[in-house]
Amino acid sequence: MNEEVEAGKPTRREFFVRAAQGVAGVAVVVALGKRTLVFAQTASQEGVSSQDAPVYRPEDHRYVYLIDITKCIGCGACVRACELENSVPKNFFRTWVERYEVSPSGHANVDSPNGGRNGFAPLVTDEEIAKAFFVPKLCNHCTLTPCVQLCPVGASYRSPDGVVLVDEKRCIGCSYCVQACPYGSRFIHPETHTASKCTLCYHRITKGMSTACVQACPVGARQFGDTRKLHDKVSEIIATSQVFVLKPELMTEPNCYYLGSSKEVR
Amino acid sequence: MPPEVSGYSFPNDIHIMWSLMIVMYPYITGLVAGAFIVSSLYHVFGRQELRPVSRLSMVASLAFLLVATLPLLVHLGHPERALNIVITPHFTSAMAAFGLIYTLYMILLLFEVWLVYRREIIGLAARGRGLKRFVFALLALGVYDTSEEAHRIDRRTITVLASIGIPAACILHGYVGFMFGSVKANYWWSTPLMPIIFLFSAVMSGMAVIIILYQALMRLSGESIDGDCVQSLAQWLWLFTILTVSIELLEIITLAYEKNEEWLVIAPLLGSKLAFSFIGVQLVFGSLIPILLLGIVVLMRPFLTDPLRNTISFIASLILLIQVFAMRWNVVIGGQIFSKSMRGFRESYVPGLFEKEGIAVAVAIFLIPFIFLAVFNRILPLHEDGSGAAASVNE
Repeated sequence: MNEEVEAGKPTRREFFVRAAQGVAGVAVVVALGKRTLVFAQTASQEGVSSQDAPVYRPEDHRYVYLIDITKCIGCGACVRACELENSVPKNFFRTWVERYEVSPSGHANVDSPNGGRNGFAPLVTDEEIAKAFFVPKLCNHCTLTPCVQLCPVGASYRSPDGVVLVDEKRCIGCSYCVQACPYGSRFIHPETHTASKCTLCYHRITKGMSTACVQACPVGARQFGDTRKLHDKVSEIIATSQVFVLKPELMTEPNCYYLGSSKEVR
Repeated sequence: MPPEVSGYSFPNDIHIMWSLMIVMYPYITGLVAGAFIVSSLYHVFGRQELRPVSRLSMVASLAFLLVATLPLLVHLGHPERALNIVITPHFTSAMAAFGLIYTLYMILLLFEVWLVYRREIIGLAARGRGLKRFVFALLALGVYDTSEEAHRIDRRTITVLASIGIPAACILHGYVGFMFGSVKANYWWSTPLMPIIFLFSAVMSGMAVIIILYQALMRLSGESIDGDCVQSLAQWLWLFTILTVSIELLEIITLAYEKNEEWLVIAPLLGSKLAFSFIGVQLVFGSLIPILLLGIVVLMRPFLTDPLRNTISFIASLILLIQVFAMRWNVVIGGQIFSKSMRGFRESYVPGLFEKEGIAVAVAIFLIPFIFLAVFNRILPLHEDGSGAAASVNE
């Protein structure tokens, strides 16, 4: 058979030898490549990434949110800002504002037309109003959150910085978390068919910015803090003032605190 | 178009997230567990009078189990990711255990059905020709021992499997109740009684469906209905109906008496939003009437003829199947009609006829087990002494 081998064409033996060399070569390249990758990763972990940008380490943060009910004027700028920033679908809300109007007898009339997005028209009522206030709401980013506890695939999770997030690529869209949230802050996104909620503008806060709603609030009713930052103003208010959380009896340990709340607020 | 809301609902709370499909899911799993309990009454507890339905109930349990996951798949936003529950389960979630419980129960049930039908399968493999012979030889799994000794071992294994199957069936359905009962955010669901209510009503629905299936099967194959068997089933059904309804009522009475925060939503829920489906269908039509009918069957046995008692049991069973469906509906949909603001209610949910999670799909899914049973019966008789079906196969 060897005599029949044409010039330039490898024999079977040569073919196998070359193939083996080729495989070995590829393996070496891959191994070297991996090594370089490991070096690059270590370098970036040490904060020497190519762009010299500060590296975000979730463990260094623990975010808290503070809402001062006495300051909110119900303008809805926060709802609109959230909608713009996060492309919130129509008829769903990552944050909303509620209006409470309480009669002298204690009867509370609550509304939130379109989530308070466009502010509130004056309420025409025969009833006397003893007190009235606005209550902004959003995901409470609870420490012991039931939504994370009962997600069957672990798509809902709590990041080390205390933000409750949803992995859109893992979520199966079963809506169990929507049922489990006592605050009504979750929904199934009509386009992605996955659970959606307030991310505390994670794409912003991890770059050192504030959330869209906090930035948009004209009266400082919404504040955002980090308990792991030294002399954090918001953390100090939470630590030293009489703050309330929503539905404390459910023991979810919300990280969204309220100043000046009232018994009508649920 | 947003639904009409009375009072104040949290803006995200106006959507019904768990639709008709999630009503179907506990309904079908309930039938799985209930039918299995019936077969266990014979296989484990030796209720000889239930021998005529021992096979039917076991295969019916399997038939319903086969479609139990379909409503969930239809409901999921991403059904293609459904297996994530099994591949990457998050074990603090009750739902994550579903894959495990379901698979174990499926294996157990398949094995048990195989043991029960082993002799027939071997017979068919021996008599068959061509493809038929090949299929049954495959089903025989290479075991052709039909000796009395082998049969005895089979029977003992069946008893053991059926004994394991009882807690398995209870877990399968108790877990469905737990899925609702453990949602602390929802005051209509959150009660430790929920798994128990689900379990008892599951047994009830299983017994009811077997009474119906057995009588239908006998009619269709032109055989006579075993009156003692139906009588025994009716007795068990009566007992379980009384127990189920008592627990359901006790829960409501306790809530009404305590008047805790949850009563803020549950009172209007029962009083207006669910008045028809809860008080009307679940309690009066679905519970009171069958308890009376079955009471007549049980207590007035000497004065009634077999066919009359069979017919009354049949009607009571049909009503009870509606009762259990209403119970599932009232739990699943009822829990979503009020807002967690505890101040608002949305208009009642009416599923569309042809939408993705609509009535047509639900009916189609519910029919599959019955078609499966009909096909199964043509190949392997659901009725042990069935001369009709068995003869046609054995010819």
